[in-house]
Amino acid sequence: MNMTTIILWTIQILLVPALAPLFIGVTRKIKARLQNRRGASVLQPYSDVWKLLHKDEVISRDASWIFRAAPYLIFATTLVIGASIPLFSTALANSLTGDFLVVVYLVALGTFLLALAGIDAGSALGGFGSSREMFVAALTEGGLILSLLTLALIGKTTNLAGIATAIGSVSFTSFTPIILAFISFSVAMLAETCRYPFDNPATHLELTMIHEAMILEYSGKRLALMEWASANKFLIFIAIGANLFFPHGIADSLALGPVLLGLALFAVKALLFAAAIAVIESSTAKLRIFRLPDLLFTSFVLSVIALGLVNV
Amino acid sequence: MNLFTKILACPKILLEKRSFGAEKRSFAGGSETAAQTAKIFRRSLAIRLVTAGSTNACEQELVALGNSYYDVDRFGIHFVASPRHADMLMVTGPVTRNMREALVRTYEAMPAPKLVVAVGDDAIDGGIFKGSYGVLDGVRNVIPVDYEIPGDPPSPKTIISALLGILEERDGKPAGQTTATQA
Amino acid sequence: MDTLTSPTLFCLALACFATGALGALLLGKKDTAANVVGSVLAIAGAAIALIFSGAVLLEGTTQSFAADTSFPLISLSFSVDRLAAFFVLVISAVALLTSIYALGYVRHYYGKYSIGVLGCFYNIFIASMILVVTAHNALFFLIVWEIMSLASYFLVIYERREAASIRAGSLYFIMTHAGTAFIITAFLLMFREAGSFDFDAIHTGLATASPMTQSAIFVTALIGFGAKAGIIPLHIWLPSAHPAAPSHVSALMSGVMIKTGIFMLIRITLGLLPEVHLWWGLTVLVVGAVSSLLGVLYALSEHDLKRLLAYHSIENIGIILLGLGSALVFSSAGMNTLAALGLAAALFHTMNHATFKALLFLGAGSVIGATHTRNIEKYGGLIRLMPQTALFFLIGSMAISALPPLNGFFSEWLTFQSLFQGVTGFDVVTKLIFILSIGALAFTGGLAAACFVKAFGITFLARPRSNAASQAKETSPLLRLAMAAFALLIVGLGLFSGMVTRVLGEVAGDMAGLESAATPGSTPAGSAQFTTVSLLNGFAEISMPAVFAGIVTAFAAAALVFFLLTRQRTQAVAATWDCGTDLTPRMEITATGFSRSIITVMQGLMRPGSETEIEYHDANRYFPKTGTVNMGLNDIYRSFIYRPLQVITTTIAGYMRKLQSGNIHAYILYIFLTLIGLLAWLNFQS
Repeated sequence: MNMTTIILWTIQILLVPALAPLFIGVTRKIKARLQNRRGASVLQPYSDVWKLLHKDEVISRDASWIFRAAPYLIFATTLVIGASIPLFSTALANSLTGDFLVVVYLVALGTFLLALAGIDAGSALGGFGSSREMFVAALTEGGLILSLLTLALIGKTTNLAGIATAIGSVSFTSFTPIILAFISFSVAMLAETCRYPFDNPATHLELTMIHEAMILEYSGKRLALMEWASANKFLIFIAIGANLFFPHGIADSLALGPVLLGLALFAVKALLFAAAIAVIESSTAKLRIFRLPDLLFTSFVLSVIALGLVNV
Repeated sequence: MNLFTKILACPKILLEKRSFGAEKRSFAGGSETAAQTAKIFRRSLAIRLVTAGSTNACEQELVALGNSYYDVDRFGIHFVASPRHADMLMVTGPVTRNMREALVRTYEAMPAPKLVVAVGDDAIDGGIFKGSYGVLDGVRNVIPVDYEIPGDPPSPKTIISALLGILEERDGKPAGQTTATQA
Repeated sequence: MDTLTSPTLFCLALACFATGALGALLLGKKDTAANVVGSVLAIAGAAIALIFSGAVLLEGTTQSFAADTSFPLISLSFSVDRLAAFFVLVISAVALLTSIYALGYVRHYYGKYSIGVLGCFYNIFIASMILVVTAHNALFFLIVWEIMSLASYFLVIYERREAASIRAGSLYFIMTHAGTAFIITAFLLMFREAGSFDFDAIHTGLATASPMTQSAIFVTALIGFGAKAGIIPLHIWLPSAHPAAPSHVSALMSGVMIKTGIFMLIRITLGLLPEVHLWWGLTVLVVGAVSSLLGVLYALSEHDLKRLLAYHSIENIGIILLGLGSALVFSSAGMNTLAALGLAAALFHTMNHATFKALLFLGAGSVIGATHTRNIEKYGGLIRLMPQTALFFLIGSMAISALPPLNGFFSEWLTFQSLFQGVTGFDVVTKLIFILSIGALAFTGGLAAACFVKAFGITFLARPRSNAASQAKETSPLLRLAMAAFALLIVGLGLFSGMVTRVLGEVAGDMAGLESAATPGSTPAGSAQFTTVSLLNGFAEISMPAVFAGIVTAFAAAALVFFLLTRQRTQAVAATWDCGTDLTPRMEITATGFSRSIITVMQGLMRPGSETEIEYHDANRYFPKTGTVNMGLNDIYRSFIYRPLQVITTTIAGYMRKLQSGNIHAYILYIFLTLIGLLAWLNFQS
């Protein structure tokens, strides 16, 4: 356990929370440019968090300890996931929490607590935000788990870093299931990170909110934690998409050269994903909520087809 | 694809920061908050808008703040839906009796430190509705006001200048210095 | 150790239950004494059975003992092998804690109903369940199975002045006896092959049975034991019977009684029958997938707290059947290590479900006792009035939603892993069924989480929605103690998943059909220690303690960092942001509204409907005074399955009635025709 390992592990644990607001800022900037505006700077989310930490809080008197504890717990789950997924080196894999089912269900834990926090204050808006969030989350699970399962079966392991290593050296015949699984995963990713066409992260109309409705009662540092946790989730899904489906270039050791290359490629891939999401958001409209199951079941069916095509 | 090329080829007209001078804005009571709040909100300001019986003329101008010409987003200023998320409460309209309770509750729902800005002549002292039986003649009779932006309605340029002035941030000028007023 | 595994201990446990039953019955008039005697002796019996079964499980040898009777076919023979010991362990653990709960909870019934009868049937019920899983003779098994059904029937109709309870009891009675009829058919088929009712003889006798007979046994056993377990479409008794019983009995029924059906299914398919056919496993997989999905969808539409929990039992039986089905498929293909994995997953989920379902039912009992209503729409804000109950209910909800780091997550993980193995290496149909089962399990997890956000959130959070809820009080310490013990068990089973998996692997490996599964001392297909569980040479690895530690550390770190950063900031308490209006309880989300969107999406399957009643001010019906909308589901099982069956049966019976003309000449004619027919047949035989 030498110094390099410790430093690299520290980077692995802190990378997601440190960079997540940046990618939210990049997405917002690209969307603004596509709207012919200049938009806020890419570091704006950091300023937002800083400001929120300097504000007091107002907490509803109907809220219980769940409201007070939920932001910390949700942020904690994103930290644990962030440390378990392959970011820039598969040598920092851990077999303890690196299973893809652990990651999916830790995300579900965060959603569960968020939905409870939305109901807790007893406002009309938080309650139906929770209802919609659970509606979308329940239907997304199928496509998400099956698309990651396709990769796991191709890579012959359910450990995320192991999948990344295996997909990097996969043969040409396995490309079709990987592409289908990627399409299915991207639909699930848009759903889980509350992007178009599932949710509008910038809306002011409570009747159109899903994620935002549940955090309407939060203020001050807890709001900062919630926003930050949401940004973490965004980066986590981008990282999973980039490093599992296109893992070429990720470092497989702890040597300095490959690690730097891995970091650089991770940044490039994540930026490409963020740009793609921004372009998708700018060109589609948010779907009516009862049209969302069609999209989610399509993602599920694509994964089923992909699984059927895996020839192992 | 056509759509994207059209967007990218669109001429970009944007009001530059330096053209926002020190428009007139006056301090109402309670300006001690100014110096300290300016420090926190300099890079990020969340505004919650309440229309207390306004004619919506001010709202039109405020909506225009987000377009590609004025683009208030680039200064870190954005509008939010919940007063719990907000730093600044912008009130328009002369505060009708029916909106009085709602306005007070919105103010109380905001966490400290907070600013209140009365936008438009109606909000400052009742404007064209002054003395009517249905209005309370200005926001300052309901909640403590920190800043006022006069105009009926104030143009988006005025509003942004005032906001930048509140945030003490103009192109290259440190806090406290003002440039000549520009119309 | 020998004393701990001796039959004497087992009989001592049974004697405790018998004494408890008799004592409670005799003390019938004195409420407190009857309750104490019944519950304390049940606690004692359960504790002794717990020690006995734990010892047998750890030691590994099968304990068999018998008492002969003068009847030729029946012998009171018991055999406690590891599988039976595991089930006795689960039964006695749950019974122990529900008896502690009963000490406090039965006070609700003082003066209203006879406590002696409750104590008597409660003890008989627990004892009969333990006998069911340890019986080694088919006739003896049927006798104790019937005793178990009757005891639970009397407990279901305990609140006999409620018409709903009597209806629920009648439906339960009919369904369980219909199931028993199929079970008897299965045992008769086995008797025909073996010539004896003893399970050992049946095992050797079935080795030479034809595939047709084996399949017939499988199908009748599946229907019969499935009716007890509550698979769809034989589940219609569950949602009415479990809520009708007293809450601690519901906990037992939901937590362990329906598992006895699973136990016998495992015993018959993997123990008694010589080989497993592929289509059996696929059938069980399909049944499991359908039950889990439909169970959770129906649960989402319920706003009676106990009916909601009953439907979740159906869902979890589906999940257990998914594990069992994959075990059967692998066993039919000869992959015994994978089969043992599937079986271990099914057994782990059995145990986990017993713990969190019992906890949830006890919590529901506390809430219903405090608010005197079962309708979720009348709850709210109970987290401030009943804080400990809320905490334990939250732990139960998180466990049943399969959230890490609790035990429900691990058993679903294990089930997933066993299903994953089936996707590769089989033919197309099998592969597709496995893929769809994985999809069903994935969706079930998400929908269960949605349902428990609703159940927990609307019951405990926000503001009270009725007077009853605003005047609720926290329950007595005994009730909270029982729930706390369950909560600790849930967290403990989650943390120590590795060690439990190792034990369960040995249990699974012991099954006769999986003898070549693994070397003794290691789990099937991998290694499981306290820290990590690793399957199939590193295909899947997980460490539950690490997940737990990770979450706790991250939480502590985040809390500390943010607390330090924002020391100087204050927290004010104010009213909820209500957009400037007055917040009434009617503005909060309702249970019906919460899940209506999911029901609407699945409306082809669920057939939602609504009834509106409007009361008008005047006869012209222009101005409504009050309106009530009842949103529910139309029952498709009665209209598509049971009603047609009933119509067909009564029509056929109508035709048969024509034979009974009352005319003695017709009857003599029938006898004459039968004689001619038999003579002709005998002629053709020789």
